[in-house]
Amino acid sequence: MKAHLGLAAGVGAGVGASPQRPDGRLKVTGEFAFSSDLWAEQMVWGATLRSPHPRARIVSVNLGPALAIAGVRAVLTHEDVPGRKRYGLEHADQPVLAFDEVRYQGEAIAIVAADHPETAARAAEAIEVVYEVLDPVTDPEAAVLADSPRVHAERPNLLRHVPIRRGAPDVSAPVVVSGVYDVGMQDQAFLGPESGLAVPADDGGVDLYVATQWLHVDRDQVAESLGLPPEKVRFTLAGVGGAFGGREDLSMQIHACLLALRTGRPVKMVYGREESFFGHVHRHPARLWYEHGADEDGRLVYVKARILLDGGAYASSSPAVAANAATLGIGPYDVPNVTMDAEVVYSNNPPCGAMRGFGAVQACFAYESQMDRLAEAVGLDPVEVRVRNALKVGDLMPTGQVVEGAAPVEQLLRLVQRRPAPGPADLLPGGTANTTRGEGVVRGVGYGIGIKNVGFSEGFDDYSTARVRLELVGGRPAVLVHTAAAEVGQGLVTVLAQIARTELAVAQVTIAPADTSVGSAGSSSASRQTYVTGGATKAACEAVRERLLARLGRPGLRLEDEQVVDDDGRPVASIADVLGGEAVEETVEWRHKPTHPLDPVTGQGDAHVQYAFAAHRATVDVDVELGLVRVVEIATAQDVGKAVNPRAVEGQIQGGTAQGLGLALLEEIQVVDGRVRNPSFTDYLLPTIMDMPPMALDILELADPDAPYGLRGVGEPPTISSTPAVVAAIRAATGAALTRVPVRPEHITGTA
Amino acid sequence: MRVICTVNGVERSADDVWEGESLLYVLRERMGLPGSKNACEQGECGSCTVYLDGVAVCACLVAAGQAAGRDVVTVEGLADGEELHPVQRAFLDAGAVQCGFCTPGLVVAVHDLLEREAAPSDPEIREALAGNLCRCTGYEKILDAVRLAAARAREETP
Repeated sequence: MKAHLGLAAGVGAGVGASPQRPDGRLKVTGEFAFSSDLWAEQMVWGATLRSPHPRARIVSVNLGPALAIAGVRAVLTHEDVPGRKRYGLEHADQPVLAFDEVRYQGEAIAIVAADHPETAARAAEAIEVVYEVLDPVTDPEAAVLADSPRVHAERPNLLRHVPIRRGAPDVSAPVVVSGVYDVGMQDQAFLGPESGLAVPADDGGVDLYVATQWLHVDRDQVAESLGLPPEKVRFTLAGVGGAFGGREDLSMQIHACLLALRTGRPVKMVYGREESFFGHVHRHPARLWYEHGADEDGRLVYVKARILLDGGAYASSSPAVAANAATLGIGPYDVPNVTMDAEVVYSNNPPCGAMRGFGAVQACFAYESQMDRLAEAVGLDPVEVRVRNALKVGDLMPTGQVVEGAAPVEQLLRLVQRRPAPGPADLLPGGTANTTRGEGVVRGVGYGIGIKNVGFSEGFDDYSTARVRLELVGGRPAVLVHTAAAEVGQGLVTVLAQIARTELAVAQVTIAPADTSVGSAGSSSASRQTYVTGGATKAACEAVRERLLARLGRPGLRLEDEQVVDDDGRPVASIADVLGGEAVEETVEWRHKPTHPLDPVTGQGDAHVQYAFAAHRATVDVDVELGLVRVVEIATAQDVGKAVNPRAVEGQIQGGTAQGLGLALLEEIQVVDGRVRNPSFTDYLLPTIMDMPPMALDILELADPDAPYGLRGVGEPPTISSTPAVVAAIRAATGAALTRVPVRPEHITGTA
Repeated sequence: MRVICTVNGVERSADDVWEGESLLYVLRERMGLPGSKNACEQGECGSCTVYLDGVAVCACLVAAGQAAGRDVVTVEGLADGEELHPVQRAFLDAGAVQCGFCTPGLVVAVHDLLEREAAPSDPEIREALAGNLCRCTGYEKILDAVRLAAARAREETP
């Protein structure tokens, strides 16, 4: 058996292997308990009344008709929120239940508990609200102007402006390409709807079983609004049906707890799909103005850019999204002169916040489109122009931060470039609809590469907590790993067990349910959990190992295959014998290296922990007469530092690439005058298995010396550059400019 | 109303069913079988796929009353006791499960496909599963799982 990093070995299924998911069996048999599957004796159902208007003053609310319906147990409004009446991740600006004014279509106004979900829904509809409808602020370019009506009376619409200034501001160059790009509003569209079960407790507190990305930040916000001390609000992670950023903000958490405390009964809330579209934040739509200056050889001299993000009605994580868009906004390129301004504004559109890629996605579509324009302007191959400007280790980001560890930008591009070209597609554009027999079908190839920060940035105290217990179970050593980290499908539970096996050389590892009885793990976002909670678990295992070995009172010992062995690998004692009846338990709070704020004027600062890179090559067939696209193949190359679980890494890359393809071709929440026109899976189009092509993967493992096992965050990079690669391929096939995603057939045919 | 039907080989009954309830709701909330999932409840995602008299359907689109007297098989009824069905095993072995919300519906849909076509081509697999959305995997490992299950079945029955 192979040793892992000389620490411990022999039990298999450690770091670098691809063991099966511990929750896999339950998931294939239908027995896994998702947050919408929960049930309790005496349980009642919650429902939410939401505003039909994007902006209106609430004149009056009459609960009488709802209360008169048989089976209704409680009807609550903002008056029933005992604690803080607003919540939010960065600014507490969003009402738990609206008062005075509603600021987006779908804003929650009242909540109902009833014996049957249909009764609850009908009672919510029966509530009489008189609105004074106001003109919504829906154009971000107008909203950002000083004379715009305000979305929040007490503050300007400009939520954050992140400037970055590097080098000379007024430099010129012989070759200039410019463009204006638009990115539509994408939805996370996780399949498991927002849901949970709140159970009132004997101590006056409440227990909530819920699908979320960060138990502690949810718990703290809920406790504030309930007016309860945090220890009386206990959260346990229920099964999470996908997240992708859409569960960073609260949805039904406070509402279900309010209803449970009022009725004295367990309250279950489950959003339907339409309500889900109104129940979570989306990816910020953006308009991006870019100008790239280069010499005749295609070497970049400067980039000037402005990025305007529509944050919608409430702040959510918009300020951090704007910082990502700005700091990552010129892409993985070495550019001596940068003038970047990223702004995010309030509007009466749906609130936007975290989604996989988090600000880097919007910028990447624009800067990669620009790189293709530059290639054309100087007569270079698209890969060649990227390689000439490729970021390398030791280069400076526009923030002045030095790129460390690995930055294989050129290598990733070459890997996808050198992949064999795909053969004929199984299906033509239009698929089984038989819209063509091949006439008018043109093939195109396009490239994209992106950069993403891993972990939380700008000086945030980003940490995770792990509790690891080594004990005898049935005479054999067994490890229990307890963290509050959210398994959202990515396979963190698998990876944490692998880490424990590697560090403690024990085969039997159990992952305890995630809950708030252990310290915070931080969020399952920013591609950070394997790094940070993996790091905490590794550190806690090391502390346990140290204490175990200290019992033998001699140096030079290590663990191997459930044994303590000496320097020469000779068994000294079994772990079981050393443990005896006395378990070893350690709880460790673990941090990555600190980050620093950005200078508010120059945008300079070491704001990020780690950079991650992926490159894509997309091959498409386009029916140029009908504007239909079939993606034939997508090749991805990504550096993951260390593939802790290679099969899970592949799954992240394939799934992330699919979400980028969705943004390129299909996915957009269509908002007209502040109203969502397509809140269903009938009208919001997700990639199906018919839309997805075969995906070729090249996975690099260039270790980051600062990270546990050298790993690099994996989840987001593949989402970022697949979008521009697909669009570039369509441009190559058609010659159409395509400055907006998702690309629609009429953009290709020129009939828009 | 009372609805009586056979579910996974056992006669089951549900009382006080409101006429507007779907088969999905009755399975999940009245019969303690939440394996069939509720991702869209309008027939777009396939996460609630079950057999109704041997035909794969979206349980969310079947009124509970329509199931009266009929034979329903859900994802909970595919394994043979502790022994996973080969399709379930293939999903695990291929890494086709991430969040798992689409998995029950896909397992039933693949079970149905392989009953009809023991050796489906890739285009046949794609067409058969076009009604099952997955947001996590990009479908590559789901294709792998179908190929694996089909190959194993061929090995076992030469």
